[in-house]
Amino acid sequence: MRIKAAIIGSGNIGTDLVYKAKRSARIEPVWLVGIDERSDGLARAKAMGMKTTAAGVDGLLPHVIADGIQIAFDATSAYAHPANARALMALGVLVIDLTPAALGPYCIPSVNLDKLVGTREMDVNMVSCGGQATIPMVAAVSRVQPVEYAEIIATVASKSIGPGTRQNIDEFTRTTAGAVEKVGGAKKGKAIIIINPAEPPLLMRDTIHCLTQTAPDIEKITASVHAMIHEVQTYVPGYRLKNGPVFDGRRITTFIEVEGLGDYLPKYAGNLDIMTAAALRTADMFAEELERGTMVLEPRAM
Amino acid sequence: MDLHGTRVTLHDMSLRDGMHPKRHQISLDQTIAIATALDAAGLPLIEVTHGDGLGGASINYGFPAHSDEEYLRAVVPRLKNSNVSALLLPGIGTVDHLRLAHDCGVKTIRVATHCTEADVSGQHIGLSQKLGLDTVGFLMMAHMASPEDLVKQAKLMESYGANCVYCTDSAGYMLPDDVTARVGALRAALSPTTEIGFHGHHNMSMGVANSLAAMQAGATRIDASAAGLGAGAGNTPLEVLVAVLDRMGVHHGVDLYKVMDVAEDLVVPMMDTPVRIDRDALILGYAGVYSSFLLFAKRAAKKYGLSSRDILVEMGRRKTVGGQEDMIEDVALDMARAKK
Repeated sequence: MRIKAAIIGSGNIGTDLVYKAKRSARIEPVWLVGIDERSDGLARAKAMGMKTTAAGVDGLLPHVIADGIQIAFDATSAYAHPANARALMALGVLVIDLTPAALGPYCIPSVNLDKLVGTREMDVNMVSCGGQATIPMVAAVSRVQPVEYAEIIATVASKSIGPGTRQNIDEFTRTTAGAVEKVGGAKKGKAIIIINPAEPPLLMRDTIHCLTQTAPDIEKITASVHAMIHEVQTYVPGYRLKNGPVFDGRRITTFIEVEGLGDYLPKYAGNLDIMTAAALRTADMFAEELERGTMVLEPRAM
Repeated sequence: MDLHGTRVTLHDMSLRDGMHPKRHQISLDQTIAIATALDAAGLPLIEVTHGDGLGGASINYGFPAHSDEEYLRAVVPRLKNSNVSALLLPGIGTVDHLRLAHDCGVKTIRVATHCTEADVSGQHIGLSQKLGLDTVGFLMMAHMASPEDLVKQAKLMESYGANCVYCTDSAGYMLPDDVTARVGALRAALSPTTEIGFHGHHNMSMGVANSLAAMQAGATRIDASAAGLGAGAGNTPLEVLVAVLDRMGVHHGVDLYKVMDVAEDLVVPMMDTPVRIDRDALILGYAGVYSSFLLFAKRAAKKYGLSSRDILVEMGRRKTVGGQEDMIEDVALDMARAKK
């Protein structure tokens, strides 16, 4: 039996998640929650047989227990997330946060999901698109030897960046830099985002620089980077190593390209795709634990 | 062209844009010497930060000899009349950097975005205005937007609280008619109380001519740099512009001989290589590529056995924008592989 889930937010991210969750062997998306009756996402979810509400999270709460919802994805905004999380956790729902609220611990599936499962965390944060694409490369180096400084540059197509991110672009740089340190394992992290309006839109591309404390072990780091690429590809098939790792003194640089699956979003929006794919991967892993009975959800106050 | 009797505010770039050809290694002593000499020459506004703005210290753009804070705290208290400005590129710097610059005594904040992405500047422009600072929106690579599109973006910046908006020719691509069209459209569309500025690069030798075209179309703030020290073939050379403006009878308040001496005695001797229109700088202007890419392309060309001119043309073909320095090594690796 699949674990029942609700998706909060019927914008690009939430709607893309519907498509991905529909294919999951472990998750059954039951509800899509929006705030706009006319939203395209709600119409599509309804046509696919899902339950929908345009009354926000309040429209969902009365049905959580009756419909057996155990996992919720929050694809609203950093501003709305705390209240959503509080209400859902009180009903014993595990919340996967795709906003930059960063209330719960950061989750980069290929790096620390196995450690998060079993910690009884009820709210995990998916960092940012740039974080999902780049932190695995930082971790690939830091698991070989200490990284003094890591810097990521994410370049995304103008069309793939919504108004929320644009109004608070500092949140991206701050949250991502924080996770480069906490999850990536760098002593100090920095994040830069560049928005490119070229037509046709470019694929998301990322550059990841690491400075190791001592001379880098070229063989081990190269092998670790390739292994990590394969690991991320298990949930983001369009994640590719474009160039590198390049070694220059203590600097190690990898160049990544992310092509989306083109579910609801166009293929160039690999930055949005990697968020939804990582969130679903996270949900799948928790669902497996729930099925196995190694994890039990209970109502929790925040 | 008759500009007789008009007024213009000149803004020196040698300690910000000039950081690019110096690989952000200008010393504190050099910074203080140049800033105080420009102050004595009557420059109303001097920009001081990392070449890529506040928070630009990085592997991607280069680690500077000193932090933004060190440069600003060294310069601001030593100036008698000049004010100091700081550049900020959202996506690189944050409001935390803006607050720091304010705390250091910066009076002007210039928030820079690519010419079609002004809506990432709202929080920074808003805070700068709230802090009571002279707040400027800086639309980079403006040749990539039509005058109509540039107006839409400028209006966004104005709505967030900018009291001045710049048409920024980051690639040194524009010819005087391009400047006239854009600055003229901005002047016609923005509030009469909003100033218009122009920032030129000298890659096609158009720095002075474009600045004059901008002034004739209504710009009242013009960026220039002592000895032209800036990215690519440099910015509009300040001392040349001042000489031309003197001859045309424009009021600017800057002493020609003193800025000539800053350029000749202080800036030129510290140049690592002459800032001039070499073939790479010319191709930046010709192909419309971000001027700061110059030294990165030269280094990548050397490392991978390629032509820096070919790398820059490829950067233009891929429609890169300001800040994409990381793409240069990536492109060079692709080209080196294709050559094999």
